[in-house]
Parts: sequence; structure tokens; C-alpha cells
Amino acid sequence: MLLSASGIHHRFGSLVVLNKVDFSVSSGEAVGIVGPNGAGKTTLLNVLAGALRPLAGEVRFRDAAITGLDAAERCRLGIGRSHQIPRPFLGMTVFENLITAAMHGGRFLAEEGHQRCIDSLQLTGMMQVANRRADTLGLLDRKRLELARALATDPALLLLDEIGGGLTDGEAAELVGIILEIRRRGITIVWIEHIVHILVQVVGRLICMDAGQVIADGDPKTVLGDKEVIDAYLGGVAA
Amino acid sequence: MSMNNTVAVQRWTRLSIASISLVVLFQLVLAFAPLFLSANAVDRLTTLFIYGILALMWNALAGYGGLVSIGHQAFFGLGAYGAIRLADAGMSVYPALFVAAALVAALSLPISVVMLRLRESEFAVGMWVLAALAHLLVNLDPLIQGETGTSLIALNAYAPDVRRAYTYWTALFAMVGLAWWVFWLLRGRLGTAAQSIRDNEEAAASVGVRVLSAKRTLFVLSALGCAVAGALWVATTISFQPKTYFSVQWSAFMLFMVLVGGIGTFEGPIIGAVLFFAVETAFGATGVWYMIGLGGTALVFALLIPKGIWGTIESRFGIRLLPVGYFLKSDRST
Repeated sequence: MLLSASGIHHRFGSLVVLNKVDFSVSSGEAVGIVGPNGAGKTTLLNVLAGALRPLAGEVRFRDAAITGLDAAERCRLGIGRSHQIPRPFLGMTVFENLITAAMHGGRFLAEEGHQRCIDSLQLTGMMQVANRRADTLGLLDRKRLELARALATDPALLLLDEIGGGLTDGEAAELVGIILEIRRRGITIVWIEHIVHILVQVVGRLICMDAGQVIADGDPKTVLGDKEVIDAYLGGVAA
Repeated sequence: MSMNNTVAVQRWTRLSIASISLVVLFQLVLAFAPLFLSANAVDRLTTLFIYGILALMWNALAGYGGLVSIGHQAFFGLGAYGAIRLADAGMSVYPALFVAAALVAALSLPISVVMLRLRESEFAVGMWVLAALAHLLVNLDPLIQGETGTSLIALNAYAPDVRRAYTYWTALFAMVGLAWWVFWLLRGRLGTAAQSIRDNEEAAASVGVRVLSAKRTLFVLSALGCAVAGALWVATTISFQPKTYFSVQWSAFMLFMVLVGGIGTFEGPIIGAVLFFAVETAFGATGVWYMIGLGGTALVFALLIPKGIWGTIESRFGIRLLPVGYFLKSDRST
């Protein structure tokens, strides 16, 4: 098991957002997470990435407990992430955003890190905007930057949070190509996405969350056909 | 996606190499200034160097680390106080300036543990409180004689001309040394760490930046620099009155220089310091109106030209004289 979380419990005020969630992903796997708004998907991702410390539960990575490690240390261990609402370093260029990630998260030395960043830019199709300050980018490029920057940290596990929102069909197809290539390189993927038809082109396993719990976990087709999933997520109308 | 072009990372341009060479040359010329400039000019330049140090330090902390302080007069005052104390204990005056600053930097490390827990405006105000506290504590020392103050008497051992030149060289050495050190730090890992923290702390942590440790480095560095500046100030003015040294006006000066010059750029604070110095030289004698003018100018810049002089030039023309960034250069070859 590359990463596993057990008994994750968290609440915001009186609202329980994660109710004793167990989650695990094996090396090389690609797992999709779906569920209605407020199901706890992003909160779970934040717990896995170390951005949020849960009230209870344990997170293990490569058989070591990492519950006490903060986001920076987890990134250095090989857990990369993207943010649902892009958080670029606005005052730096796109390339400098990546350099920062490679230098710190990837612990690359100068030349090696540069090459890594150029790779990430080429893979995500961002070479043309490499020297633009991030504050001049539109939303679409900011989302790509999230992905490119996470890749530059040289992750073993990539946590993606809704990078497919607002894409045209052509852009979505391109994104699928990029993620498949990332997967082909042996990077394990956990991907939260509302747009199910994009997701199922990449992932081999699908998890559905609702009200802070995992209500289905398994083969995408089976999960999407599950009665409980249809009720919770698809509002009772079969896809 | 596949491209048949070679790409390389460029950190120096011809323009920046030329400008660095000019800077080095200019610094060499400055080193000989006491031999051909008038006593008054040497004194004024010493003042300019101290302003330069202050601007550089405040910019490193706020412009690169996102830590806006209005209390760095604490370290300025403590640096001066430390120099007085060490000289009184028999240490040779000029080494004492640096030893005092090093001691203040060491003291700033435990202080940082408390202060860096504070966020944004809390940090700014917390630092001001710290400055007030430092002021009160220094006043408790009988050697200082309360607000009456004392003098760096040991400087009387030097003839005025010798003292003037020594202080000038010390200030020049401190400013140049700190500037190159900051430049070197910003071009390295700390530079990317600090800028990412300034832009988005959470995102910085998510790409592996050790946020607290980067902030601590900048905090201690700025404490060191401000303490050197304070110690140098007491070496130029000789008298030490706590309320002058621990005054919030120093923060106002730093803020002015950095905002007007261009916050978050390496060149900006240097330009800001020169400008501030020129304004002070021209209008300093007008007292209250001078302060009002300074405040008004800072306000205009903050509202209308938030990037400051250098930030505006840099973004409009895309030039970097002293490059701390990374530029991806691609030569298309098919």
C-alpha cells in the first residue's frame, strides 16, 4: 500500500465532515473520487496532503506514519497536490513557480531541477507561457499551473482536486491525455472530479463519498451503477 | 506537445552583467571617497548607506517574506544600545558595532519563535509592541540615564577626520556586504521560498517549502541588518537617546523607501533609499511639512503606483539589472 488513511474523523464546528473514513491507494493505481458538494472530498484530500490535521485517525505513507508531518514534509516525501481553487505564486513567473516546487518539494539541485520543470511545462502544454507572471494567467492556465507545479515536485503520489472543471470537450480530451501520460510514468493518482466521463477514462477504481463517508468503492462501472450512489450523487437519475 | 526546440534557463543577461559590473565599479569608487570628498559629503554618504541598509532589510522581510513589521526600530535601537554597552565594557569601538549587531541577531532568534506565530497585521503591531518594550527595558539601564541618554564616548579617542573616514568605511562595508549577501540568498533556495510564502503561504507549504524556517531566516537577517544600522547611527551621531532610536519614525522611513522604490524587487529599496536621502537633504529642514510630504508621497505611491518606481519600470520594460529570477529561453530549431 502506497498510502493509507484509517479512522479519519473531522468536523467543522458541529458539522461532521469526515466520519471515520478509511482510504487507501496502491502504488501505480489511479483512483477517482466523486460525490456531491459537501461530501468531504476536498477535506479528505487536505488530510492526506497534510494541509489539515484531522481530529482523529492515522495516515501512513510507504508504511510509515505521517499523521504528524505537515504539508511541506509530506510533499518532500513524494505527495504532490493541486488545489481546487488555483493558488499560484502570483508575483513569480510560471517557470519560477515550478522552480520553487522542484527546488523544495523535489529537492532537486540546479540543473536537474531545471530539466524537471521544462519536462512538466512540456507535458502540460505550458511552454508558451513559461515566462509570464502568474497573475497574468486566466483560470484555465492557472489550473494547468497547479498540475505542472505539483509534477515539478517529483511526486510518487499525485492528489488532484477538480482540475477538469470548466473545460471544453477538446481541452478535456487533452487533459485526459496528460493524466494518462502521468500515470504511464508510474505516478499514483487520486483524482477528485465532478465530470465523471473524464474521470472514468483515466481511473481504474472509483470511490463515492457522501456526508463524510465512503458509500461505494470499486470498479467505476459498478460504482456508478450502485443504487446508493445514484441516489446520493446523481439525484436518482441513472447516467 | 513535442517540441524540437532547445531550451535553456537564463539567469544573467548582458544588461544585468553590465549593470553588476557597474555596481562593483561604483562601490570601488565609493571606497576611495573619503580621500577626495568634503567632510560634510562623507557624513551625508554615511547616512545614505545606513538608509540603504534599512531599506534593504525591510524589503527582504516584507517584500520577499510577506512579513510587514512596524517595529524594526527595536533592533535598530538595541544595536545602538549594544554598541554603547560593549564600548563601555572596554571593547574597541568599531568591532563593537558588529559584535553588538551579532548579539541582537542572536536575541532575535528566540523573539522570532513568538513573533512568527502572529499573522499579518498581528505581526506588524506585535513588532511595534516589542519595540516599545525594548525601549522601556533599555531605559532601565542606569548607564543610559533614562531619556537623557548617553554618548559613545570611546569615539573621542579618534581625531574627527579619522573617525569620519572609519565610520564611513564601516558603513560602506556593512551596506555592500549585506546587499551582496541578500542578493546571494535571494538567488538561491531562500529566494524562491520567500517569494512563494509572500504570494501564498499554504501553496508554498504544499510544494515543500519549509515556511517557518524561511521566515525565521529572513527575520534574523533583518534584525541583524537593522542592528548594524542602529550601531552605525550611534557611531555617526555619537549621542544615544532612547526615544530617538526606538521611534516608530524609523519604520515609517523604511516603509517609505521600500514602497516608493519598489517592494519585492532587489533594486527598488536602493533607489528608494537614494530618493529618500535626496528628499531629506532638500526638505529635511522644514520640519513638520517634511514629514507630511513624506507621508503624502508614500500614500500616493501605495494607492496609485503600488509597484513603486523600480517595480513599474521592471514590469513595463521587462528588464532586471540585478537578477534574482529565472528566465526560460528557447531557441527554436526545426
